[in-house]
Amino acid sequence: MVSMTESTYRIQGGTGEWEVVIGLEVHAQITTNAKLFSGASTEFGAEPNTQVSLVDAAMPGMLPVLNKECVRQAVRTGLAINAQINKYSRFDRKNYFYADLPQGYQISQLYHPIVGEGKIEISLDEKDPDAHGKTIGVERIHIEQDAGKLMHDQHPTMSYVDLNRCGVALMEIVSMPDMTSPKDAAAYVRKLRSILRYIGSCDGNMEQGSMRADVNVSVRKPGGELGTRTETKNVNSMRFIQQVIEYEAQRQVDVIESGGEIVQETRLFDPDKNETRSMRSKEDAHDYRYFPDPDLLPLELEDDFIFDCKASLPELPDEKRARYKNVLGLSAYNAAVLTAEHETALWFEELLETTDEPEKIASSAANWLTSELFGALNKMGLSIEKSPVSPQQAAELLGLIADGTISGKIAKQVFEIMLETGDGAAKIVEEKGLKQESDTGAIEKVIADVMAANEDKVAQYRGGKDKLFGFFVGQTMKAMQGKANPQVVNELLKKTLGEAG
Amino acid sequence: MAEIFELGIADIRSGVASGDFTAKEVAETFIARVSSAKALNAVLVETPDHALAAADATDKAKAAGETLGKMAGVPIGMKDLFCTEGVATTAGSLILEGFTPQYESTVSSNLFKAGAGMLGKLNMDQFAMGSSNETSAFGNVISPWRRNDGGNTDLAPGGSSGGSAAVVAGRIAPAATGTDTGGSIRQPAAFVGITGFKPTYGRCSRWGTIAFASSLDQAGPMAHDVRDCAIMLEAMAGFDPKDSTSLDLPVPEWEAGLKSDLTGKRIGIPKEYRVDNMPPEIDALWQQGIEWLKDAGAKIVEVSLPHTKYALPAYYIIAPAEASSNLARYDGVRYGMRDLPDGAGLQDMYAATRESGFGPEVKRRIMIGTYVLSAGYYDAYYTQAQKVRTLISQDFDKAWESCDLLLTPTAPSAAFGLGEKSDDPLAMYLNDVFTVPSSLAGLPAMSVPAGLDGQGLPLGLQIIGKALDEQGVFNAGLALEERAGFVAKPEQWW
Repeated sequence: MVSMTESTYRIQGGTGEWEVVIGLEVHAQITTNAKLFSGASTEFGAEPNTQVSLVDAAMPGMLPVLNKECVRQAVRTGLAINAQINKYSRFDRKNYFYADLPQGYQISQLYHPIVGEGKIEISLDEKDPDAHGKTIGVERIHIEQDAGKLMHDQHPTMSYVDLNRCGVALMEIVSMPDMTSPKDAAAYVRKLRSILRYIGSCDGNMEQGSMRADVNVSVRKPGGELGTRTETKNVNSMRFIQQVIEYEAQRQVDVIESGGEIVQETRLFDPDKNETRSMRSKEDAHDYRYFPDPDLLPLELEDDFIFDCKASLPELPDEKRARYKNVLGLSAYNAAVLTAEHETALWFEELLETTDEPEKIASSAANWLTSELFGALNKMGLSIEKSPVSPQQAAELLGLIADGTISGKIAKQVFEIMLETGDGAAKIVEEKGLKQESDTGAIEKVIADVMAANEDKVAQYRGGKDKLFGFFVGQTMKAMQGKANPQVVNELLKKTLGEAG
Repeated sequence: MAEIFELGIADIRSGVASGDFTAKEVAETFIARVSSAKALNAVLVETPDHALAAADATDKAKAAGETLGKMAGVPIGMKDLFCTEGVATTAGSLILEGFTPQYESTVSSNLFKAGAGMLGKLNMDQFAMGSSNETSAFGNVISPWRRNDGGNTDLAPGGSSGGSAAVVAGRIAPAATGTDTGGSIRQPAAFVGITGFKPTYGRCSRWGTIAFASSLDQAGPMAHDVRDCAIMLEAMAGFDPKDSTSLDLPVPEWEAGLKSDLTGKRIGIPKEYRVDNMPPEIDALWQQGIEWLKDAGAKIVEVSLPHTKYALPAYYIIAPAEASSNLARYDGVRYGMRDLPDGAGLQDMYAATRESGFGPEVKRRIMIGTYVLSAGYYDAYYTQAQKVRTLISQDFDKAWESCDLLLTPTAPSAAFGLGEKSDDPLAMYLNDVFTVPSSLAGLPAMSVPAGLDGQGLPLGLQIIGKALDEQGVFNAGLALEERAGFVAKPEQWW
């Protein structure tokens, strides 16, 4: 991997340049129907306290039972980032009192996480990912319960508790402090999110809280000793993550340069004021009194189980991107854009499935997708899964361009109509009479008319004014209402104009 | 024929099955016994309707010629640690006052499915923490037994299953459920002259049983004799997918397997159980037990369990550590007591609720547990205690190389007077010295009444077996029971 050098991120302080060191702890909600240790539903947006089992409410005598699907998804996630899968892991209780935590402890994995070290390749240049790649280490992934939610706006003097989220399964994905810029962090989260969505272990929906990050930031003189870090909790958008890093790095430099010291502490981000604020310092830090949960046996994984998890993984973004480039012959940019989201890649592949020779249409299809389709979807505010035009319909349209039935320009018109009506391209071409004229006789006749009406320009052209060629093309096309095959027009015009008058 | 109230599980079951009496008559008999035994303070909530409904179902099933369950027609007492649907459940603590579960614990549910009815919820040491029943928030249970000195000293029924022990000994219920974390079934059984059985950890589901120390808590039967315990345990036990530590094994037919001929069995006598200051009567009874088992055909071998002396200290780290976390859920937010002083915030509410809701012994253990899990102390206490626990298990494993079962006294003394030890927690903790090691190792163990001391109070002997060898424990217990011929009962003074 080429390391990024030209765009190294530095804070300019009064005492010189400062380097930023970033580590992220990403909390990703595992996609399952049931919670980590209870059968309660995990659907987003339900009425408060309607998805709470006796276990979630920590009723006396209730016991946790591990949801195996969560284990499977965590193992698949580990395998997807080439991480070590720990065949022995264990659940620990993290003890603290809060009203959103009915048990008085969160079940997590401190001492023996299910997934060990792995790595994620990120790219800082979307146009040429391989040239500006970087490897970010993942220290571990463990599974744990989410807490409930306090609602402070329901009553003048009291707070309400909603336990719907309580006990929902999270993966905590802990990176190494390998990132050195806000862009690094954004690229890391984007790539992680893409992988999670590819394998279906998390929907990556940051607005709904399915993914959020604790952002660890410290500063140091380039190449110097690591500085003291702060941790900003629960940052829930890609933009906020970058803002936190920018703000926090600048704040730390300011503190140090004005003679102060960074204290290891937990901070909160205020998006309205774009600043972080101290939540609690190390001295007030909770003593969580972690110990192995005696209600749960250690988790021991069989080789067969891990093998099955591996076998269930789809082609991952990096592999897919390489294949698009090397096998299908796409540009680096197209390959990167089409593989960033799994749904896009799947849509693209469904389109390719309409032919036995996908390499032949891949490039033109990719170009059409990234320009025409993306443009249209963007305008309509739709995701690709909701596209009104199906991959099969798109293939039909592209086929008409390829076999010369319609020109690229007409194709745009046809596509517009397809989006409006949902009709097939061939049907539209037929009904609207948009079929392109490739008959040389008809075109030659029009060309003759055009030349006759513009003898002066013909003379100028023949006198060396090459630029006029476009004029003749335009006139010919206009006369044929845009339906002439431009390639044929070009050829015939060149031939006819080239003949001495 | 004996009066109905004098009968145990097996006799009631066969009497109902053969039509000597109806289940309804049995239920009514014991309901009356319960309501006239208030002086013992053993029953926190009386549930006559439950007992009658179960009896009615049994009588109807019999009339219809259906096969009757293992516990058909037998009304039992239910330790208040078991959550019972629609019936107040407090674990002997104020903090759960007013709490009525909407669910039935697996153990009570299993018993009801087997045909048992419930006479009431039984008093106990608060959250099962205690050996005398004096930590109950609702007043201590008084043992039905009295010393033969002519005095009226109220005696402790033992704990924590003191209510269970008292009702069975007083023939107020033919049997009762107990739970045992470090001896809470066996010690009270020994104190009141009944039989109590703690199965292998995982035999009985813990689902719906209020947790004290999760890695140690086990439910078990408390009944007149070995056979009754075998019947009742068969009904209580079984795999429960709702408890991750439940054993996924079929329940053996222990009753059918009962056999007091111990030919070929080797009984180990652990030398470390000869503790200082043990009353000579207990030592003598232990010796007598050895003779009885020899008589039953067993071979006696001396064995060593070298880490025994570390068992109590390890237990009093591990159990409070787990308890400090298990009891965190009693916070005044969702159920039970809430103490919300004027103007109080969340933290104040927690503090006030837990201050007034928990008794002193519970607070002591929460504080010990919190301390031993704290950063900087965890390794010195909790990790070390877990290592000791492993060594204790290994002691037993080693002993099983030369013997099949162990014989020990159940407790280092007979029942003591209420108040005699309540000022000295350490003296109280010493009561568990013989029962705690097998709890730490998760082994099946039972107490069998074997004789009376000079004051006319019952003494028990304990049989400890290998994991899953409940049958071996039952059989050795039966051999002791047949030879001890223990028939003493407390004189009814209440």
